[in-house]
This record gives sequence, structure tokens and C-alpha cells, in this order.
Amino acid sequence: MIAEAYGPSGHEHIIREVIRDEIKSLADEVRVDALGNLIAHRKAVGATPRKKVMLAAHMDEIGVMVTHIDEKGFLRFASLGGVFANTLVGHRCRFENGIIGAFGQEKKNSSRTETQLDKMFIDIGARDGKNSPINVGDAAGFWREFTDLGDRMIAKTMDDRIGCAVLIETLRQLKKSPHEIFAVFTVQEEVGVRGATTSAFGVQPDVAIAIDVTDTGDTPESNTMAVALGKGPAIKVKDSGMLAHRGVKTALITAAQENKIPYQLEVLTGGSTDAMAMQVSREGVPAGVVSIPTRYVHTPSEMVDFDDAQNAVKLLVAFLGKPIKLD
Amino acid sequence: MLLEKLSNARGVSGNENEVREILIDAIKDRVTEYRVDTLGNLIALKKAKGARPSTALRTRAPLRVMLAAHMDEVGLLIVHHDSNGHLRFAKVGSIDDRVLLSKVVLIGNDKIPGVIGVKPIHLLKQREREQVIDADSLTIDIGASSKENAQGAVKVGDYATFATEFSKFGDGLVKGKALDDRVGCAVLVEILKRDFPFDLYGVFTVQEEVGARGARVAAHAIAPDVAFVLEGATCDDSPKKKDVSPVTRVGAGPAITVADSSMIADRRLVQLLVATAQEQRIPFQFRVPSVRGGTDAGRIHIARDGIPSAVVSVATRYIHSPVSVLSLREFENVIALMNKALPKLAKGLPDL
Repeated sequence: MIAEAYGPSGHEHIIREVIRDEIKSLADEVRVDALGNLIAHRKAVGATPRKKVMLAAHMDEIGVMVTHIDEKGFLRFASLGGVFANTLVGHRCRFENGIIGAFGQEKKNSSRTETQLDKMFIDIGARDGKNSPINVGDAAGFWREFTDLGDRMIAKTMDDRIGCAVLIETLRQLKKSPHEIFAVFTVQEEVGVRGATTSAFGVQPDVAIAIDVTDTGDTPESNTMAVALGKGPAIKVKDSGMLAHRGVKTALITAAQENKIPYQLEVLTGGSTDAMAMQVSREGVPAGVVSIPTRYVHTPSEMVDFDDAQNAVKLLVAFLGKPIKLD
Repeated sequence: MLLEKLSNARGVSGNENEVREILIDAIKDRVTEYRVDTLGNLIALKKAKGARPSTALRTRAPLRVMLAAHMDEVGLLIVHHDSNGHLRFAKVGSIDDRVLLSKVVLIGNDKIPGVIGVKPIHLLKQREREQVIDADSLTIDIGASSKENAQGAVKVGDYATFATEFSKFGDGLVKGKALDDRVGCAVLVEILKRDFPFDLYGVFTVQEEVGARGARVAAHAIAPDVAFVLEGATCDDSPKKKDVSPVTRVGAGPAITVADSSMIADRRLVQLLVATAQEQRIPFQFRVPSVRGGTDAGRIHIARDGIPSAVVSVATRYIHSPVSVLSLREFENVIALMNKALPKLAKGLPDL
């Protein structure tokens, strides 16, 4: 199960094998690079390959890393990626060895409403700190089971396992493409798009698309944002790390319109994606993003709409099935 | 002692010449070749000797291993002469404003002494006693009687360093300025004395303290298969009120980084270091993850199509201040750990 697999930034070896199993029959060649990116290469169909297209979805999830084990066996931790303290209280995390811990917080000198990571700890139910099954430096992801709500789904790590799922499904549904396709399941996005930085250098694409989640503005008293669940995949215009290439953005919009696929335009004021790194790789790469609208991003309960994911696949298949004009 | 010479040498980011000259002198007879690149990195190559390494890592042979330590230190840059002959300065690299007060500095190639003056306690208002004084409102007094005289002695753009003399003290410890990262440079010089079964690139980098700029271009140029960064690590081993861990402890052995704000270390390399330390009975510690600050490895590991990287440090108290402290035994242990761990790379790394 892609959404539930363990894989905090820098610790993607388990989720990588889950995805490798899914894609090995869908690609001509699959390899893992020096940083751990999983790179699936699909050759172009037709006499002259049009473009080398890199598609990136990140495998890693935000999580925590143990910094100290105290005498009583409580674990102090640091964040891996953008973890908000107020989303942790009462939640659980899971280590690579399967051990589950509960997040607790210091009560003395702390407020119930304003939580700080350095006043929190993980309780794995240990009687003391001796022979702890956990070591300093061990990483954990959040732990919640995947839930299907019918039209919508909740998981601890829709960011960006929904992108991984969309990318796998795109490879499955894309029967023929005039383009040479590199589907890259990247590492370490949440700590600074590091996997995309190195894989883009290695792949050296002509066009790059990230598939990632984006925020929405459709919940009670949410920040103003013209993206909602269920209204289709979002084609990125801008976020805080990049301006989407005009040509790529337009080509995506055209593909959606020609195939009557619902879409939304996205302007995200905080956060970015792997496209930020791919865009400035080597001498520059035209880059865009297909985003899956997601509520409660960077919490243990990220929610997406099933149709949005399906339509994202349709959009990518349509985009990749024809020559890409970047005027 | 090379470490003493390196600590006393002056080399604020962008002005590493003096340190580089000492290092060239120390390595030139021991390496196959060396060069200074465009940004000023000193890049030494020691060709492989002995058994050919496996090509498991990449198809290229022989294996290339990069070891990096940065030559530069944090310091000050003169930006303006005040009308009374005092100097305004900018900080180069991150320095806590509180450590600047009433320090003696040496400015420019001529080592013009200066004092970062501070208002005596008699004149301080209650409110001022509770405040940290911004570096922006501090000046350096070089004893000049006029702006013109000050301009004659010191130019805008001159660098200033803390005036600290290296010395041994206590139970096998040393104190001096810029041990971050002259200790790494000294470790690297020792490692370059040995032969390894792979091409070893010893890189003494520039401008780490302002964003690992030297390491970035050096890693691109060398395109190594594996990289290690040798550092003086943040250390905070004074007693704590709560049961929380210090970042590193002086005397607890070489500090191995699992993750810092610039990099998550390659798991295989961390494992290699830990296994080597255990089998050689060299004490070691993990640098506690999470603490702010990065190293050259932050840029090296994402150079080109990615380079498996790790960081090994000597725990160093009071870094980024006029005086830092470390243990010579730990310094020796980092050398020993690296010398024992590195030859194992010849077998290649297991798959991720």
C-alpha cells in the first residue's frame, strides 16, 4: 500500500521497493541513483523521439528523527521536513522496525494551544531508557491507516504518495508516447527538493513536470485560494519556489481543454515542489506542475478527491500522448 | 604543530590565501598533484595505490573519493570609516552579536590591531543592560586620531579576524580561534600522508561559512563517487537542567552526522563509520540531528547527479566565537577512524 508505507526523508528504501514492484513491468529500464531516486525509463514510440520528459513525484514523507533517549525511555525528536507541532498531539508515529509511538507534550510551563516541538516527546511505552529498541538518529513517519470515504480518501501521506500513485497509473495507461519518458520517484523533497536536484541533472530532460499536492481554499474559514477538492487537477501557475514555464502551463491547459478534463489554475503562496529544482537544473528546463488538491497538507490526515487523481492521470496521459509545443 | 599554525593563520571567507599557503606547504610533497581552482579551493589528488577497487559504485574506475575541509573562518569585513576614525564592519558568516563586545581584532594584511569598544557599565541605562547590542551599532577603534589617518591604515574591504593565540590547556585540550574548521584541514593533511586503493581528492574549500560555495564547485569539477566532510562540530556539553542531549560532547569520540539542516547522511557511509569505530574500539558519538547549521556536505551531496556523503567531526566548543576548544585525543581519533574506514570503500558500497 503506497500511502501507508514507511518513508521519511532520507529513509525511502521501503517505499522505493513498493513502487519498484509496481513499475518494473511498465518501463524499459529501472534504476536507482546515488541519492536513492527511483528512475523508470520508457523509450519513445515512433521514429524520432520528440522530447525527453521528466516526471517527478516524491516518495518521501515528512516525519521526525530521534535526537535523544532520556532515562525513562522517552524520545526527544527533531522534524524531518515541515512538521507543525499542533498537528502532533494525540497522534502516533511509526519507526522502520514497526515500533509505534505516541506524541506527548510537556505540561509544565506549556500551553495546550501553543505547542512547540522542543517541548514534545515520543512515548513508545518503554519502562526505561535502557536497551531502547530505538536509537538516536532513527526516523519515524506519522502513523494513520488509509481510509476510503467513498469519493474522498484520507491518508497520512497523500503528500506525495497520491502523486506517486498518479505517476504509476499514468505509466500504466500511457500506451504510446512520442516522447522519451523518465518517471522519477524522488527522495528528500520535504527537506529541500534534494532528490529532484540530482535526478534532474542526471536525466537532463527537455521538459519537466512535478506531480505533487497543493493546498485548497475550500474548508471553513480557510485562507483564500481558488483551488477546491473535486474540481479537477490543478495546473500550477506559481508557488513560492517557482513560476511555471508559460509554454508548459499552456500545453497542460490545452491538453485538458481538448480532452474535456476538468482543471483548476493554482497560485500557491507558501511551499513548492520538485519542479523548483528541475527548472534550474543545468542550463534551465521548462517545468510545470500537475497538482492534486489536498486538504490538511502536512498533517497525519491529508484528504484528496478520487476523481481529481483520476483526472490528473488523464491529463498527463493526454499531455504525453502528443507532441509538446512550448511556444 | 600544524593545527596551531592553521588556527593562528587568518582566513575569513573570501580571503583564504594565508591558510592555503600553509596547506600547500604541508601537502605538496605527499600528493600526486594539486591545483587551486577559480574560487580558490585547494584540490589535491593522491592517485590510487595498491589493490584496484571494485567498480560496484559506478562503472568508472578507479573510484574517486573526495574528502573536504574548509579553510575559511567567520570574521569581519570593514565597510566604512566614521568621522572620528572608528570603523564600521559587516559580519562574514554567522556570528552571535554578543561575542563581539570588547574583543581585540586584527585588520588587513598588516594586522592593524583594533578594539570593538563597549560602553562602560557606569554609563549604561538599566534598559541597555538587558539588551543585546547589534553588530550594526558597534565600531572598531584602531586608535586613529582622525578619519584620514584611519583611511590610511585600513581600507574598506579589509578583513578582520579575532586576535587569539592558539595554546594547549587543561587535560589534553587546545584553545584557539577558527578551530572550525582548521581542525578538519589538519585531519585531512594527516590522511593525505597515507596511500589508499582509490583516487583520493583532498579538497580544502573556501567560503563554507557563507554558504558552502567552494565545495559546490569543487564537487562539480571532481565528480567523486563518495565524499566525506571533516568538520569541527557544534558542541554544547555543559550540564543541562532537563534530561536532553548535548549536540556533541568533547571527549566522547569522533562525531558522526546522521542529519543536519543541510543533509541527510548516506546510510551506508554512516554504517561504515559506525562499524569501523566499533571494530577498532574507537569511541564515537552521533552529532544530535536537528541542530541548525550545515556543512560543505550539504552542497556536495546534491552536486551533479548526487554523491553519497557523510560528515565526521571533532566536537568543538564555542565555535563561531573568538576562541574555541577541542580535545587533541579526539582529533587523533578522527584521523584513526578515517584511516581505518576509508580502505573499506575499495569493496564498493552495497546497493541502497
